[in-house]
Amino acid sequence: MSATVLNTVLRRIPGTWRRVVRLGALGAVGQVFISLSGMPVRLDVREIIVPILSLGYVTVLAVPLVLGVLLGRRPEHEEFLENPPGRRDLVLGAIAGGLMGGGGLSVLALLLANFDLRDPLINWSPQLLEFLSFGRGTAFGFGIWLVIGAGLGLVGGTLRLASSRTQKVIMTMALTVVGAAILESLVVDLVEGVSLEALVEWMYAPRGGLTLVGAGVLAVVSGLLSLVGQGRVKNMQERIQAMEGPRQTRVNLMLIAAVGVVLVILPLLVGKLTNELLANIGLFVLLALGLNIVVGLAGILDLGYVAFFAVGSYSTAVLTAATSPRIAPEFPWFVALIIVIFIAILVGLFIGAPVIRMRGDYLAIVTLGFGEIIRLLFLSDWLSGWFGGSQGITAIDGVDVFGLLTVDGTNPRRVFYLVLFFCAIAIYISWRLERSRLGRAWMAVREDEPVAEAMGINTVNVKLMAFVVGAVLGSFGGAIFVAKVGSVFPTSFLILVSIIILVVVIFGGMGNIFGVIAGAVVLIGVLGGPKQPGLLVEFSEFKLLIYGALLVWMMLARPEGLIPSARRSRELHQEEFLQDAWLRGQIDTDDNGPDGGSGTAGAEA
Amino acid sequence: MASASMWVPRTKVDWFLTVLRVLALTVVTVGLLAFIAQQINVDNPFARVVNPDATGLTGPQFRGLVISGFAQGAMYGLIALGYSMVYGVLGFINFAHGEVFMVGAMTGMITSNKLDDAGLWETNFLGSLFFIVAVSMLVCTLTAVIMERVAYRPLRKAPRLIPLITSIGISFFIQNTSVVLLGPTSKAYPDMPDWLTAKRTFLEIEGTKIMVICVAAVAMLGLWLLVERTKTGKAMRAVAEDQEIAGLMGVDVNRTIVKVFAVGGAMAGVAGILWGVLFRSVIHYTGFLPGIKAFSSAVVGGIGNLGGSMAGGLFIGLAESTGPLLILEPLGVSGVSQLRDAVAFAMLIGVLLLKPSGLFGERLSAEDRA
Repeated sequence: MSATVLNTVLRRIPGTWRRVVRLGALGAVGQVFISLSGMPVRLDVREIIVPILSLGYVTVLAVPLVLGVLLGRRPEHEEFLENPPGRRDLVLGAIAGGLMGGGGLSVLALLLANFDLRDPLINWSPQLLEFLSFGRGTAFGFGIWLVIGAGLGLVGGTLRLASSRTQKVIMTMALTVVGAAILESLVVDLVEGVSLEALVEWMYAPRGGLTLVGAGVLAVVSGLLSLVGQGRVKNMQERIQAMEGPRQTRVNLMLIAAVGVVLVILPLLVGKLTNELLANIGLFVLLALGLNIVVGLAGILDLGYVAFFAVGSYSTAVLTAATSPRIAPEFPWFVALIIVIFIAILVGLFIGAPVIRMRGDYLAIVTLGFGEIIRLLFLSDWLSGWFGGSQGITAIDGVDVFGLLTVDGTNPRRVFYLVLFFCAIAIYISWRLERSRLGRAWMAVREDEPVAEAMGINTVNVKLMAFVVGAVLGSFGGAIFVAKVGSVFPTSFLILVSIIILVVVIFGGMGNIFGVIAGAVVLIGVLGGPKQPGLLVEFSEFKLLIYGALLVWMMLARPEGLIPSARRSRELHQEEFLQDAWLRGQIDTDDNGPDGGSGTAGAEA
Repeated sequence: MASASMWVPRTKVDWFLTVLRVLALTVVTVGLLAFIAQQINVDNPFARVVNPDATGLTGPQFRGLVISGFAQGAMYGLIALGYSMVYGVLGFINFAHGEVFMVGAMTGMITSNKLDDAGLWETNFLGSLFFIVAVSMLVCTLTAVIMERVAYRPLRKAPRLIPLITSIGISFFIQNTSVVLLGPTSKAYPDMPDWLTAKRTFLEIEGTKIMVICVAAVAMLGLWLLVERTKTGKAMRAVAEDQEIAGLMGVDVNRTIVKVFAVGGAMAGVAGILWGVLFRSVIHYTGFLPGIKAFSSAVVGGIGNLGGSMAGGLFIGLAESTGPLLILEPLGVSGVSQLRDAVAFAMLIGVLLLKPSGLFGERLSAEDRA
C-alpha cells in the first residue's frame, strides 16, 4: 500500500518536521490542483488592489500563507501542548512548509514548459505558464515561487508568534481590504444611490479593484477601528444578555426593527442589479428557512427539498398563466397562492408519509429520489400536456397587488419587497414554532427518537408536521420564483438546488434562524445560487466545487455552523460535553446503574 | 422491521402506506397482465382497453432488453459491493461511492485514448483493456482510500447523519473537480474493435455485453475469494460484526477499514471501465444515477450481504431495462424511455417500502440493526 510506504518514510523524519513535510506536501498538491482547475487564470481579471494583486493570485498565494499559520501553531494533542518547540523551530518550519507549498508551483511551471498534457487537462495552457512565471520565462517562474512560498510561510509563521491582539488587528485589516474589493459593485451602487460618489472615487480604480491609496487608507482605518473597538462589541453583547427579561426583549425588538427599517430603505438606494441580488438572497433565505425546519429542528435529512420548490413553482404557473397547456384558470397570484399552499400540504404528506418510518440515512436517499422523480415527471412527454415538458411554461404574469402595481422580473425592487414580506412571515413562523409545543417535540425527536416516543410524543405526526411546514415554505419560494422569472423549466429544479440549500443551512448553523439567514446572505450573496450570479461573478464556474468543499470542511471542523444553536452544538459535541461534566463530577460514566451518578456525587460531598 | 406487523395497519400513516403498497402491486400486476395479453394477441380486448396503441414486443427485442439488463445489472452489482461493504462495516451510506465509479470511467477514458493515440488499442485490444482496468482500479482505490483518510476517519464517532452529509459534499466536490480539470463536455472512448461489437451467432448477443458480464463475474469471484478465503477477509468480516471486539482480538481496525474502502474502490474502478465499454461516453455526472441504482441494488440484496448485492444489481438492471416496456407501456404511458430513471427511483422507493431489509437479509453489526 502506498499509504504505508509513505508512513514509513515519514516516521524516519524526526518529530515536528514530520508535520512540516506532511502539510508542505499537502500544500503543494493543493496549489497544483488550484492552478490546474483554472481558477488563477480565470480570476486574474478580477482585481483586488489594482496594479499589484488580482483575485487569481490570491487563490494561489493564500496556500503558503495558510500553511505558515498552521505550522506556526503549536501542535496540540488532545488539548495538551505537545513538547512545545522553540520559536526558531516554528519559524523555520513555516519557511520550509511554505517552500514546499511554493515548490509545487515551481515544478508545475517546469512541467508546463516542457510537456503538453492539454488533452485531458483543459487548463494546461500557455496562459497558465505565463501566469506562473509572471511573463518572464520559465526559469524566473521556477525560482520566484520558491521565494514567494518561503516568504509567505515566514509571514504566516511569525503572525502566530505575535500577540493575539495584533493578530486580530492584522486579520481585520486583511479582511476589510479583500471584503471592500469583493463588495465593490455593492458599495459603488449604494454610494451612487445617496449621490456621494466623490467619497469613494479615490478608492476604486476605474476598471474595478481598489487603488493602492484606497487599500492603504482602508487598512489603516480598519486597523485603528479594530484597535479601539476591540472588546466593545463583546461587552455590548454581554450587557444585553445580562439584562432582565422584558428589557432584553425590548432591546432585541429595537434591533430587529432597525434591521427591518434598513432592509426597507436599502432597495430604494441601490440599482437594478443589486436589487436583483437582494431578491435572490431573499429567495434562498426563504427556502433555507423551510429546510431548516425539516433538517435543523426535526433532524430529518431531506435531500429532495427541491421537490416542494418545484411543486410550488409549477402549481403557481399552471394556476396563474394564460399559456398553461391543459387548464388555465388564470387566477390572481394571491388566490393561486392559497391553492398552492393546499397542494404543498398534500405533497408534503404524500412524500412524508412513506419515508417517515425509515432510518435516517435511507430517508435521505429516498427523499433525494422523490426530488428527482418530480423533476423527471415535469420533464416527461407523458405529462407534457399539463406542464409543457422540456418547453416548460412561459410568459407568466407577475403578481398583481390589488390592481395598484404588478411585481415581476422587470422590476427587481418590487420583487425584493415581495420576498422580504414572505421572509418576514417565514421568520415569524419559524420563531414561533421553535418555542411552541410542536417545536419542542421536534427537538426531542431530533435528539433521541425512542425517548421522545416514550415521553408520549406522537413521533410520526410530529415528523409529518415538519415535512408539511417545510413544504409550505418551499412552495412560497416556488410561487415567488415564478413571479420573478416569469417562466418555469424542469432544469431549474435539479438536485443541486437541494444540495445548495442544504449547504446554506449547514454553513449558517442548523436550527438557528439567524444562522440560516447569515448563511444565505454570505453564500448566495458572494458565490451565488445554482443559476443566479453572486457578487463574485467570475467565481460562477467554481462555485459548485467550493460548495462541495465547504460542506465537507464544515462537517469536519464545525458541524454546528457559523452561528450555532446552543442545543444543536451540544448534541454534536455530546462526547466533549459529557467529558466536561464528568470532570466536574456532575455525572459518572461508569456503568453503575441509573442512580450511579447521583450516588457518587453524594458520597464525595 | 420486515415482520408481519408492518402489514397490519394501525395508524393513519399505516393505512396510507398499505394503500400505497397495494396500489403499487396492483399497477405492477395489471401492467404485467396487460403485457402478457398483448403478447398473446395484440388485438386482445384486455390489452386494447388498457393501451389502445399496444404493439407488443418481438422475440429479439425482448432478448435484447434482457441481455442489456443483465450487462448493466452486473455493473450495478460491482458498484453496489462498495456501498454494501462500507455500510456493513461503518454503518453509513458512502454517497460519494458513485463518484469513485465516475473517476474510474474517466481514468479509463483518458488511458484508452492515450493508448489509441499510440496505436495499441487496435493492435492489442485485450492487452490494452487489461491495462486500463488495472490503471482504473489503482486510481479508484487511491481515491477511495484518500476519501476515507481525509473525510470519514475523523468522523468515526460522530452522529450517523454527519458522515452522510460529508459524503454528499465529497460527491459534489469530486463531480466538480472533474468539471474544472477535464471540462464540462462529455468525452468518448475510442471505438471498440469490430469483432467485439458484432452480434454473435449464439442468441445474437453483442460481444461487448458478453465481455461485460464475464469481467464482472471474474471481479466478483476475486472479491468472494478475498472475503471468504483470506485472513484479510476474515478481519473484514470480524470488523463488520463488532469493531470493538475485533480490535480486542488483535485486528487492526483502522487498517481493515482502509482495506474495505480500497476493495470497494477497486470494484468501482472495474465497473467504471464496464460503463465505458457499454456506453462509450462519460461525463462528470455519470456517477450519480448508476450510484443511486447501485445503492438500490445493495438494499434489494440486503445491505452488508455481498452475494445479495450482486443479485440485487442483476435484479435492478433487469427491472430497469424491461420494466418500462413490460409494465408502463402496456398501461398506456407514453414516452416510457424518458421515464427510465424515474422508474429506477420508484424501484428504490418501492424496495424500501416493501422490504427494507432486502431479499436476502441484511448483515449488519449489532448496533446498526435498528
